[in-house]
Amino acid sequence: MNWWLPLKGSTFAGPIDGLFTAILIITGIAFVVVEAGVLWFSVKYRHREGRKARHTHGNLTAEIIWTAIPAVTVIILGVVSNVYWKRIKGRDSVPADAYPIAIHAKQFEWRVTYPGPDGQLGTDDDFTVRNQLHVPVNRNVVFELTSEDVIHSFWVPVFRLKQDAVPGMTIRAWVQPTVTGEYELGCAELCGMQHYRMRARVYVQSVAEFDAWLSEQIQEGAAS
Amino acid sequence: MTSHAATPAAGHAHHDDRSFVARYVFSTDHKIIGIQFLFLSLFFLLVGGVLAMQMRWQLGFPNQPMPGGGILPETWATDGVLLPEYYIQLVTMHGTFMVFFAIMPLLVGVYANFLIPLKIGAHDMAFPRINMASFWVAFLAGGVMLSSMFVPEGPSRAGWTMYAPLSARPDLSGVQLGQQLWCVAIVLLGLSSILGSLNYITTVINNRAPGMTWFRLPLSVWSLFITAILGLLALPVLSGAGIMLLFDQTIGTHFFDTTAGGQALLWQHLFWFFGHPEVYILILPAMGMVSDIIANGSRKPIFGYHSMVFAIVGIGFLSWIVWGHHMFMSGMNPTLGSTFMVTTMIIAVPSAIKVFNWLGTMWEGDLHFHVPMLNAVGFVAMFVIGGLSGVFMAATPVDMPIHDTYFIVAHIHYVLFGGSLFALFGAITYWYPKMFGRMMNERWGKVHFWLTMVFFNLVFFPMHNLGMGGHMRRIYDPTVYTFLGPMQGLNRFISLAAFALFTVQAIFAFNFLWSLFRGKPAGANPWRDNGLEWSLPNPAPHGNWERVPTVYRGPYEFSHPQASEDFLPQHVKLPGDQEPASAKGAAR
Repeated sequence: MNWWLPLKGSTFAGPIDGLFTAILIITGIAFVVVEAGVLWFSVKYRHREGRKARHTHGNLTAEIIWTAIPAVTVIILGVVSNVYWKRIKGRDSVPADAYPIAIHAKQFEWRVTYPGPDGQLGTDDDFTVRNQLHVPVNRNVVFELTSEDVIHSFWVPVFRLKQDAVPGMTIRAWVQPTVTGEYELGCAELCGMQHYRMRARVYVQSVAEFDAWLSEQIQEGAAS
Repeated sequence: MTSHAATPAAGHAHHDDRSFVARYVFSTDHKIIGIQFLFLSLFFLLVGGVLAMQMRWQLGFPNQPMPGGGILPETWATDGVLLPEYYIQLVTMHGTFMVFFAIMPLLVGVYANFLIPLKIGAHDMAFPRINMASFWVAFLAGGVMLSSMFVPEGPSRAGWTMYAPLSARPDLSGVQLGQQLWCVAIVLLGLSSILGSLNYITTVINNRAPGMTWFRLPLSVWSLFITAILGLLALPVLSGAGIMLLFDQTIGTHFFDTTAGGQALLWQHLFWFFGHPEVYILILPAMGMVSDIIANGSRKPIFGYHSMVFAIVGIGFLSWIVWGHHMFMSGMNPTLGSTFMVTTMIIAVPSAIKVFNWLGTMWEGDLHFHVPMLNAVGFVAMFVIGGLSGVFMAATPVDMPIHDTYFIVAHIHYVLFGGSLFALFGAITYWYPKMFGRMMNERWGKVHFWLTMVFFNLVFFPMHNLGMGGHMRRIYDPTVYTFLGPMQGLNRFISLAAFALFTVQAIFAFNFLWSLFRGKPAGANPWRDNGLEWSLPNPAPHGNWERVPTVYRGPYEFSHPQASEDFLPQHVKLPGDQEPASAKGAAR
């Protein structure tokens, strides 16, 4: 059984999982404090003959303490999160050397377009494959996400990368895969009747394998 | 102790010559309207639960015939195996019924109506006829929404959040009439809520009894008041969006149709601008009623009353500037993501204040664990989990993997079921004697609480793990994905626990219905509480008081050193108490 986070398959996975664990520890402490308080008070102050409740309306010092601690904690969390957010999704975060791949989502498939030999999308030598995504390992890749019809969401759990594909918009999302292997891409936004079938295979390949696959596709395209 | 100020309108009850229809059907009595909302929303709670059970069957036992599934029509299931389009309709209607027709009317329709006049010392709502209209419009809305289940192609298939363009384009969703009925029902429900909110706000501002100053209001009334403000401002946005969505399908507008110049994200902005205040509409009244019950069960004044009020107001204000946290992955400008992350993080602060104040109230108390108290403490224990899991998705980078997964499903259910519904089990039991003059059964109430607590956690806690593993929401058949294969055992476990959770609710239903006729008759003040409502007989007569009581103190004076018992009602005058200025010569 898989009880925890999936394989770390991109450079995003380390920091995101780290942040997840940090929040888990912080919220875990808050959780234990509150639940222990609930249980302890429930037992300790349960009604017994002759017990009299303390007549008090509160305590300002206590109020200040339990306002300030959560406030400082969440602001620090927000500031730290924002550093990673800007690095992952910020408008200027896409590395200049990223290899471009266009992904066009439609009910209920993923159309993946590669730039061909010239390395440029939108030229005649582009070619498109259905429901399979090949990416080279340890290289920056940028996906240009578009949608034909409704909102879909590009979701590769091992990359920790999720980005909606919205009709009428082109949205760029980048990633650097770090572990070769075969994974899955799923649609994470309800997109219609066959939403659950909108799935693609993801192949993270060594640069040599990826180049070989690429030239094979180009030759096939030229032959047909 | 004397209680000369409060005179129940007993004369009214004896000489009530209104017909049955005027008393119990088209009634303008806020208490009857509250009870009408109670039956209506409990019915939809059951419907929503039945839909959820079918979803859990498909998720736990994909593509196997559902027991009893043979009775479903061909368009829903073949030989008992649910169809993918029906599954999406279950998802859509479970959310729709639970949010709009069960939890929201249970909290607001029932308790704003029932409690506000009783707790502030008013004869009725400021506008009793508008109040009656608000119920019947909600009834109509529920009827329209329910009817959409039975039209050709069935109800909407776009999820309760109705994301456009899927919802706006019948050619893409496969549903036309059902989708339009959804829009009509939501616009009607919005109208009902707007009418109700207007009434609650006016009543709280204008109709308080002499001496009932703002800072003597029970926290239940404070939270219902702030909720009403949120409702008055938020529901028009939903209604407007619903009308735009309806026009896109019927008269050829293109608000959300990107192929004709519309904007897909516009729907999300409108929906969540309504939707986040809505989330607090669904929790604030629960928090308020839990505060009343915990103070009563602890026999102690609420800890930090003023900071509790400011926390309610703070949550109400912040709820308007956090909506973008539903849209971090939507393609919205990522810089806005940063802004919404900060505001969302800050909302943890008033929530924390409330939790610590509930704990502070229990500290050094004299805890009586009657059924309402059990459920209220259960609320605190479960709401904490829902609140803390919210921090994960507020942090934008962490939201990336968990957005649109079962982690979110776990979060919303810890807030709405672990939170709101536990509070409601407490509130229903607590004010049941005031509604019906009888008590619900104590022993079965405790059995129901413990079984619900156990099975609730068995159902929803493991969903966090599913979400961490990447399990998407709203997918019909998880076994299509290889990476979800190892989680199928957990899915099946959750389904079995869900069936048990649903089954044990029969205890509550039976207790509720049985006690209507056979419950122990309630004494005058069964919970030994301070609220004004307990100065009236159970059930309270039409018009409540003949002469409204005068209020001398706040609602939480339990274990007061000057009182002979461990409670001191708001309307009881002690020798040192001053008459409030507004009481002089006021014959209201």
